[in-house]
Amino acid sequence: MADFDQELDATGLNCPLPILRAKKALGGMTAGQVLHIIATDPGSVKDFEAFAKQTGNELMESKEEGGKFLFLIKKA
Amino acid sequence: MSDEKKLAIIATKGTLDWAYPPLILASTAAALGYQVQIFFTFYGLQLLKSKLDLQVSPLGNPGMPMPMKMDKWFPVLGTAIPGMQSIMTMMMKKKIKEKGVASIEDLRGLCLEADVKMIACQMTVDLFDMNHKEFIDGIEYGGAATFFEFAGESDITLYV
Repeated sequence: MADFDQELDATGLNCPLPILRAKKALGGMTAGQVLHIIATDPGSVKDFEAFAKQTGNELMESKEEGGKFLFLIKKA
Repeated sequence: MSDEKKLAIIATKGTLDWAYPPLILASTAAALGYQVQIFFTFYGLQLLKSKLDLQVSPLGNPGMPMPMKMDKWFPVLGTAIPGMQSIMTMMMKKKIKEKGVASIEDLRGLCLEADVKMIACQMTVDLFDMNHKEFIDGIEYGGAATFFEFAGESDITLYV
């Protein structure tokens, strides 16, 4: 797992909360910093792909581990 | 003129279930960088009340899944018995909480925080003898022309 600057625990949250929380967290970060997101909503896998594509933030990693979905997003 | 994408939504429903689509779409679009406006008209105005009292009813809604297979053995008229609406609303709110789905209050707050512009239909306010005091702060009042001013240059317009 690559390094990250900030972590967001979005476990137990359902659509659209993981995205909204991630957006908020990224808002407080500087360009180039990496946000690590932990989610349990299976829908978030596709949603974070779409979020990255539309906001220009880079989805560096997306994986499943022990029923949790982990994402690394680099702020543009 | 900015090059931001724009989303215009008309929200016409005032039930707990139908309160979700406009607010989920508006908050998410705002997070994606859209400029968003929601025009609340008729029953949609219930979503702007300071004291929310949104209910859900199985009456006339054969698509609504009911607990304990109630929809299988309950006659259609059973969904009209007194108390059914509050029971179903209570159960729905419990499910919403259990599944980590945001409450309408939270979603509405997130929308306002993300600068989603909310416009209440003044005609409906008059029609139902409502008062501006019943509604949350931070919203505007206007009519159809106000909606079109933004909708006319929107990339997406939705009617819910």
